[in-house]
This record gives sequence, structure tokens and C-alpha cells, in this order.
Amino acid sequence: MPDGGSQSTSKYKWIGTRPDRPDGADKVTGRARFGADFNLPGQLIGKVLRSPHPHAIIKSIDTSKAEALPGVKAVVTANDFPEQPNMIVPTGEMQVNLRDITRNIMAREKALYEGHPVAAVAAVSEQVARQALRLIKVDYKVLPHVIDVAEAMKPGAPVLHDTMITEGVNPPPTKASNIAKRIEFNKGDTKAGFAEAEVVIEENFTTQAVHQGYIEPHAALASAAEDGQVEVWSTTQGHFQVRGFCAKLLNLDTSQIRVTPTEIGGGFGGKTVVYLEPLAIRLSQKSGKPVKMTMTREEVFRASGPAPGGNVKVKIGAKKDGRIVAAECIVEMQAGAFPGSPVGPACMCSYACYDIDNMHIVGFDVVSNRPKVAAYRAPGAPISAWAVESAMDMLAQKLGMDPIDLRLKNAAKKGTKTAYGVTFNTIGMVETLEAVKNSAHYKTPPKPGYARGVAAGFWFNVGADSSAAAHVGEDGSVTVISGNPDIGGSRASLALMAAEELGVDYDKVRPVIADTASIGFNFVTGGSRVTFATGLAVVNSVRDMIRELKVRAAKIWNVDPEAVIWENGMAKPAGSNVGEFEPLTLAQLAAQAGRTGGPINGHAQLNVTGAGPGFGVHVCDLAVDHDTGCVTIGRYTAAQDVGTAIHPSYVEGQLQGGAVQGIGWALNEEYIYNAKGKLDNPGFLDYRMPVASDLPMIETILIEVPNPTHPYGVRGVGEVPIVPPTAAVGNAIARATGVRMTDLPMSPPRLSEALDAAAPRMAAD
Amino acid sequence: MSEIQYRVAKNVKDAVALMAKSKGKGYVLAGGTDLLVQMKSGAREPGLIVDVKKIPEMVSITEKNGAFTIGAATPAAVLGEHKKFRKTWPGVLEAINLIGSTQVQGRASAGGNLCNASPAADSVPALVAAGCIANIVGPKGKRSVPVEKFNSGPGKTTLKPGEILVSLTLPKRGKDASDAYLRLIPRTEMDIAVVGVGVSLSMKGDTVKDARVGLGAVAPTVLLVDKAAKALIGSKLDDAALEAAAAACSEACKPIDDKRGTIKYRTKIAGVLLKRAALIARDRINGIEHRGHR
Ligand SMILES: Cc1cc2nc3c(=O)[nH]c(=O)nc-3n(C[C@H](O)[C@H](O)[C@H](O)COP(=O)(O)OP(=O)(O)OC[C@H]3O[C@@H](n4cnc5c(N)ncnc54)[C@H](O)[C@@H]3O)c2cc1C
Repeated sequence: MPDGGSQSTSKYKWIGTRPDRPDGADKVTGRARFGADFNLPGQLIGKVLRSPHPHAIIKSIDTSKAEALPGVKAVVTANDFPEQPNMIVPTGEMQVNLRDITRNIMAREKALYEGHPVAAVAAVSEQVARQALRLIKVDYKVLPHVIDVAEAMKPGAPVLHDTMITEGVNPPPTKASNIAKRIEFNKGDTKAGFAEAEVVIEENFTTQAVHQGYIEPHAALASAAEDGQVEVWSTTQGHFQVRGFCAKLLNLDTSQIRVTPTEIGGGFGGKTVVYLEPLAIRLSQKSGKPVKMTMTREEVFRASGPAPGGNVKVKIGAKKDGRIVAAECIVEMQAGAFPGSPVGPACMCSYACYDIDNMHIVGFDVVSNRPKVAAYRAPGAPISAWAVESAMDMLAQKLGMDPIDLRLKNAAKKGTKTAYGVTFNTIGMVETLEAVKNSAHYKTPPKPGYARGVAAGFWFNVGADSSAAAHVGEDGSVTVISGNPDIGGSRASLALMAAEELGVDYDKVRPVIADTASIGFNFVTGGSRVTFATGLAVVNSVRDMIRELKVRAAKIWNVDPEAVIWENGMAKPAGSNVGEFEPLTLAQLAAQAGRTGGPINGHAQLNVTGAGPGFGVHVCDLAVDHDTGCVTIGRYTAAQDVGTAIHPSYVEGQLQGGAVQGIGWALNEEYIYNAKGKLDNPGFLDYRMPVASDLPMIETILIEVPNPTHPYGVRGVGEVPIVPPTAAVGNAIARATGVRMTDLPMSPPRLSEALDAAAPRMAAD
Repeated sequence: MSEIQYRVAKNVKDAVALMAKSKGKGYVLAGGTDLLVQMKSGAREPGLIVDVKKIPEMVSITEKNGAFTIGAATPAAVLGEHKKFRKTWPGVLEAINLIGSTQVQGRASAGGNLCNASPAADSVPALVAAGCIANIVGPKGKRSVPVEKFNSGPGKTTLKPGEILVSLTLPKRGKDASDAYLRLIPRTEMDIAVVGVGVSLSMKGDTVKDARVGLGAVAPTVLLVDKAAKALIGSKLDDAALEAAAAACSEACKPIDDKRGTIKYRTKIAGVLLKRAALIARDRINGIEHRGHR
């Protein structure tokens, strides 16, 4: 593998190796239990009645006929959930308002999007539950709807929330609108910067809403007991968040709810929120039976959170030598039916790859009659990157510069101050660009008929709260307990770090993901934080255990604990002055634990800061069929500054997966609404994610610039790789055809139309 | 919820009798790759399912005097392994083998593809171009219709109560004849045709002696485009003839604007694919192999 290998240093025994993941065998044999695999004796099946209208007042709901149907055990509507305060709480990388979540899980005054839940039933079978749904009578007053962001921002557009006054505008507007918030980031003097510019690029770009497309639909099983205790099994990226939200939405103590995360068939950010769990609990409380709920694929598309689409206006001014002197970006972003789009990160990431003195960035958070958006890998960043990285390519073309050289000229480095005020510590943007420039791919010209595009991307990565524990068994084998559902191979990475730290074999370390009652709090699996932050908690818990192991050895040897060191999985005297002692292995110390003070465990709980940001540069070679607008990707390389690749295969997997999702976003994926405001493609036939035959093997280059704040130099890696692909693809198309695409997706009909429209102009040139 | 009966028919007579008795609630089960999906989504609610896969003549391929007859429920994968069929009707075969994936191919049949009556069914334009005849048996006996007359609209066949499709017959092929099918899908597989074009040619020297053109996904049923065939016949497949045939295809389109493609796009692509398919068919006559989907 000329480009695929990691440059992992050999100073480690386990870190940088590629053993099988602990959950691998179960996943390939089918033994692994995912959300819908959990069942309890006597369980009922819960189903949701959803609004057929994108925007309607709910005048009344009559559930009496459904309740009377034999086999129906409970029916709930918004009346079964207490009103919530207008209060923002964090969820993953996004923020939500409790007042809004309770309305999102069950519509109150109004249905705000097609698929919005209006009632739910629990019955003895799915058939009875479905029949019951048909018996619920909802009296709607249908209102005019608005789907498009630009339309939603116009005066006179149907207003979703008649109390919503735009935040961040001074003086505040007097009238309600669909603009929830305006944000602004400034650095330097943009006006002066543009006055100095010798070349200016200005263009408008758009993207459509896209879904994370996780293979496993949402599923939850809840059992509420007579004494008020609740158990939940759910496929989620954050069982502590499920617990927290459900406690708030149902007025319970968090300690009354015990949530066990199941194996998870993908999430990508979309499983950091609750949809079914509070409904299943409420139905279980009312019926006295366990209630199981699963979404169909159609429900997943219509009513779980996609990533937003947005409109982005970009202006970049540069000197003739390529030095950027001023940059502007205005982002209008879909929030869905409730405020809270990732427009903040979209703005912050827009120019984060570059060291620019003068920047002016504005964002608008806009509601419309769509499902509330949720996180999706680097939420917001791909939307602004599509625009900025396309504009960078236009600049390179205009200046006749190599696109990598242009980026190198402006690359952010240690000491660069971002538009949002943070000054970078050690980062790897320059190293990543140089690695691409020197790669076999970049040095080889595209095949005949193919053209090449390049784009870069940035993501912050996250730290936040993590707890972990390490237990040693009486035979010296080790259990490492954490509380983050494993989506990307994190169990393997945690076990590798524990094995390295402890000096024992990887096979002797069993990583376990505990339920909410069995380990301290953990923030969601999101923000590319688990290997970094929970990894740090695991390392610290193992260190805590080693401290105890040294105490036990000291006791056996009758020396001071400070006189004992831990090396290669054994306690040894710190020096010859301590005395002559045979080293004690972990197994030996474990066997004697009862006599030296009892079980040997380690614990750690941390609020982790210092997440190292990541940078990616992607190179895409593609061919365009000029008659049909079909694109064939011939070669694709994703390079990224990954910190230390703890398990390189899973790091590469993240880069490949992100690239593929980004390619889908670029070429075909989009939410298509019809004139009635209904989603026209709620399935994988017409919501086109790439299939294997659409893609070449995605090549990866791992650039290991260790994060100085982590003992093993870990940076998050899971989100950056979805940021560059749309522009890498668009830039390649521009170079293949001479036509600059500004709207996603660049599907065959759209590309064909753009090529046809440009044909007379190109012929004239 | 109503009850569903499942019956395995031993012969055609049996199947027809079961269907006739079912009063419109009966559905023939071939590969089930449409039917089961439609039952799951609630689009079809059969009272009776008549499985025809145990009827030998419905799952076999026979050749008589150069004409092939394919049992309506013959799995696509079985057909794909028939060497002589592959050689004689490469276009029909590539159309049938484009359906779904390897897994779907193990079950899906050309008969099911036709009877499902989707305007975008992949095998049908190729069958139309091939001049294929549908062999039908019902309570009143046998009848035959050209494939292009078999369906009357999206999801609608011309089968009368109790009738089933038993087999498909492809006429004898002269030498210097071949065919090709191309579809446009946004992806490379697991997708539904935005446009599908089948072209069957026979040549005399470098001149087209005979031609037929089938066009899918651009009208309520798959179309036989005579005008396009006429433009090709007698030509040497020069640009002017190809352009004229392409224009005839585009003209024949009565597509809808939907999530899968605009009217403008479909109309244009119908012409593009016609040209490409005609040239592939000619290449095949000249012994040049072709694989591909667009
Ligand atoms: C994943 C997937 C991918 C697919 N991809 C494609 C594709 O690329 N192109 C494409 O065209 N289709 C595709 N399909 C649709 C389907 O596979 C095809 O239409 C297939 O040819 C149907 O054949 P079958 O034998 O499975 O039909 P069945 O499902 O058994 O039958 C289809 C319909 O025809 C009726 N029927 C079947 N046989 C007879 C008969 N002998 N007489 C009377 N009525 C009959 C049935 O009652 C039913 O209504 C796909 C389906 C799936 C699930």
C-alpha cells in the first residue's frame, strides 16, 4: 500500500496495530443484538400516527374508537406529556430546546411537518396497532406551508411559530418570522481587505437536505414498572442523553430510568436525539406492559432528523500571488420545524482551513415545514465547505495556480487565529496538503477522459464528559468499562490503549459498554470524541488501577509504594536499593488481591478539553458522460491529519465512509418535496445513496500529527472526512466540463441541463 | 387483517383453475421480488397466492426451429447460464440480467417483470424490440399477444380474470442479427430506469435490413417505436439515420416530470440511448463484445 499505510511510530506495542475488533465476530455471525432484537415477555407493539399535512392546526383528537378496539392497551397524545420550559440543553453537537423537543416527539398546537407524530398506540400486535391508528380521528385545520429556506425568509411566508422573534438582531424585530437567529463572526477589516484585492470570486451555492442513511431504523423497548422504575433498551449514540431527555419529558428522576444501549447499526449524528423512547415509556406506564417501537424506513426518512440544506453566498478576495486578503460568507440554513440548525459550526468552519486576516461571516437559522434537523458528521461544515472550497477552486483557476499550492499559500497553522476567535495549537493542515502533493495519486495525471478536483475540510472535534472503569479479574484478565455506544470501532481503540498502558495483551482486555446505572455519566458518541475523550478516561482509569497495583506489590514486598514501578505488565522494584524482588505480574497480584486489600479496580471521571481539530484534503478523479450527465468516479484519495491512528484500519474506515457519504451528497442524495409539502422519496430507491459499484476503492493517507493534549496524541477522525467531498467532486466536474456547478446534488438530470445550457456559450468561446 | 391462502400449482391448468376461483383476489407468485415487496408495503393484499414455480413449462427454456420459449417464471440467473440464448439474444439477456442484484437474479423472472406492468421494467423494452410474443392461458383456453400489447397502463395488464402468462416466445433469428438494451439510472445498479431502450437489428452487409425499437419509462406502457425503426432500416447507421431515429424516440416520449427525471431529460436521454444501443447491436453483429449499462 504506497499511500494506505500509516506512519505509526514503533514506540508502542499495541497502538497502531490492527487486531480484530472485540465486537467483530458477533457482528459477522449475526449474534450481535441491535435495537429491534430486544423483546420482553408480554410486550406490546407501539405505533405512531403521523400528520399527513406539512402544516396544520390540530383542532381536536378523538381517540375513543381506538381505545375501544380489542387488543389496544394504551393511547397517548400530547396531553400525556407535561409542558416544558423554554430552555436550551446540549445534545451531541447540537442544541435543543425542551419546549421544542416535547413538541417534536408529539405535536401539540400544530403539526409542523408531514410525518409529525400526533398520537401513539400500544396494542397486542402490530396489526391491531395499525388498525387502531386508523380509528383515531384528528381534526386538522390545514395551513399554507413553506419548505424552501429562501421562501421561508421572505416577508409574508407562512409563519411556523407565531412567537418567534429573530435573535441576534439589534434592535429586535417586532414581528414573528421564520428566522430564529442571526449570528455573525468578524475578524479584521473586510472592506479594507477587499479594497486591496486584485482578484475577487463571488458566487452563490445551494445544498439540499440529506439523510444520514444509517441502515438500522430507530428502535426502542421500554418497560415501566408499578413502582415508577423504568428500563429502556434503545439504539442510540447516547444512552445518558436518552435517560436525560426522557426524565425531563416525563418528570422522572434520572435514577428512575435505566437505559441500556443496544448494538447500533449506524447513527452518524442522527441517533443523538429521542423520538420513540419517551413515547414507549409513556405507553408502558399507561398500559403496565413493556412496549416495543420500531420505525419503518419511511418513518425514518419523514420524521427523523436529516441534515439541513442551505444557501451559501461566498466572496473571496486575493492578491495575484494567491494570498487571500478578505473573505465573506453568508449562510442561510434549514433548521426544520424547530430552531437549531448547525449554522454556527457551518460559519465557524467555513474558512477555518485558512489563515486570513479579514473575514465577515453571517449565518441565519431558519425554520420551515420539514422534520427537525439532527446532527450528521461535522454538522453544518459540509454546507459551507461546498461553497468555500468551490470558490477556492474558482480562484485557483482564475489565477492559474495549482489548487494545492493555493491552499498551501493560505493554510492555517499553529498560531493562526480563526474567525471565531480560537488560536490554533499544533495542527496538521500544511502537513496534509504536502502529503497529498507528494502522493502517488497527485503525482500521476488523471487517466484520459478524467479530470481532477481537490478540496479541503475542517472540523473542531469534541471532548466533554466521560467516565470509565477498569477491573482486574482474579486471573489477571481485565475488563474496561465505558459508557459510549461503539459506532466506529471504539471498543477496539479503547482496548488497545488499555493494553498499551497496562502492558498486557490486547486479548486480555475486554471492553464493555455499560448501561446508565452501571457507569458514571458519558456524553454522547458524537463529535468524534470517544477515542479521544473516553479514551483518556480509560487511560486514566487504568493508571488509577496501576497505582493500586503498585500499592499491593509494595504491601507484599513490605516496601514503600513509591519504590514500585509498573513496567511491561509487572510490578518491579524501582531500583536495586529497594531490595531484590522477583517482579509480580498482573495475574499474580490479582490472585493475591483478597489478602492485600480486596478487589483491584480503577476509575476515572473527566471533563475533557483540548480536543485537537482535524484537517482533510481530498482528491477526486472523475469522468463526465456529456450526453447523459452521469459521473464516474475513477480514483479518490482522502488524506487527513488524524493525530495518532490507534487502530489504523478503523481510522481508514472513517475516512472512506465519510468520503463515500460525501460523494453521495455531491451526486444524488436529496430530500425531494412535492408541491403539497410531502416528501416524495422516503426510501432507498429514490433517495440515492451510492452503492458499492458506484465507487472505486477509496484510498487514504493518514498524517499523524499527535494532539499534544492527549497521552497518545489522539484526535477525533470521524467527521472531517465528510467535509471536503462535495467540492472535490464539483471541482473535478468543473475541470472536466468547463461548467461550474453551484447547486447540489449534481445528479445526471441537473448536470445534463447545466451542460446543455452552457453548450452555446462554450461553442462561442 | 384478512387471511392469505398459499397454493402451489402443479400444472398450468391447476394454476388457471385456482386463479379463476379466486375472484380477483388471486395473485400469481413467480420470483416474488415485486409481489412480496408490494405486500409488505400494503400496496397489494392478496387473498390467494398461486405459486407457479413448480410448473415445469413455466420455469424452463426450450428451443424449437430456432425460436426460444422462456417459461414465464424462469429465474433470470437460470437464463443467464443458457449459452445459446446468450449468443442469440444478448440484448434481451442483458436487460433481464440487469434486474436487481445477484440475490434478486436468483428469483426474479422476465414474466414477473412483464406482469408487474411497470413502465420502467427493464426486460420489457428489449422483449418488445425482439418481437417477443406472450403466451397466455385462461379458463377459455390459449391466446397470444405481442409483448407491447400486453400491458394497458402502469400496474395494469390486459390479462382477463383467471388468465396467466405461461411463457414468452422469441422468434427465430436470421444470421447477422443482434440486439442491445441500455438504461439510464443515476447509480450503477440497484436502481430504476429513468429511460430504457432496446434495439434489435439485422443487417445485410453494412446496411440495416430490419430493426425494432422498444422504449421504456417514458410513457404509461413500454412503447414500440416504429418510426425510429424505419429511420434505421435501409441505412448504414450513419449520423443522419441515427439522429433521425433518436429524434423519433424523443418524439415518442410521453413522460412525466417526477422525482426520477424531468420530461426534458427523459426525452433527451431516449435519443441518446437509442443511438448508443443501435451501435452496440451492430458491433455485436460484427463480433465485437460489449458490456455496460448506459
Ligand atoms: C432489490 C430489487 C431490485 C430490483 N431491481 C429491478 C431492476 O433493476 N429492474 C427491474 O425492471 N425491476 C427490478 N426489480 C423489480 C422486480 O425484481 C422485477 O420486476 C422482477 O422481474 C419481477 O419478477 P418476479 O418473478 O419476482 O415477479 P413476482 O414478484 O413474482 O410477480 C410480479 C407481479 O406479476 C404477477 N405475475 C408474476 N408472474 C405471473 C404470471 N406468470 N402470470 C400472471 N401474473 C404474474 C404477480 O402476481 C405480481 O403481481 C427489483 C426488485 C427488487 C426487490
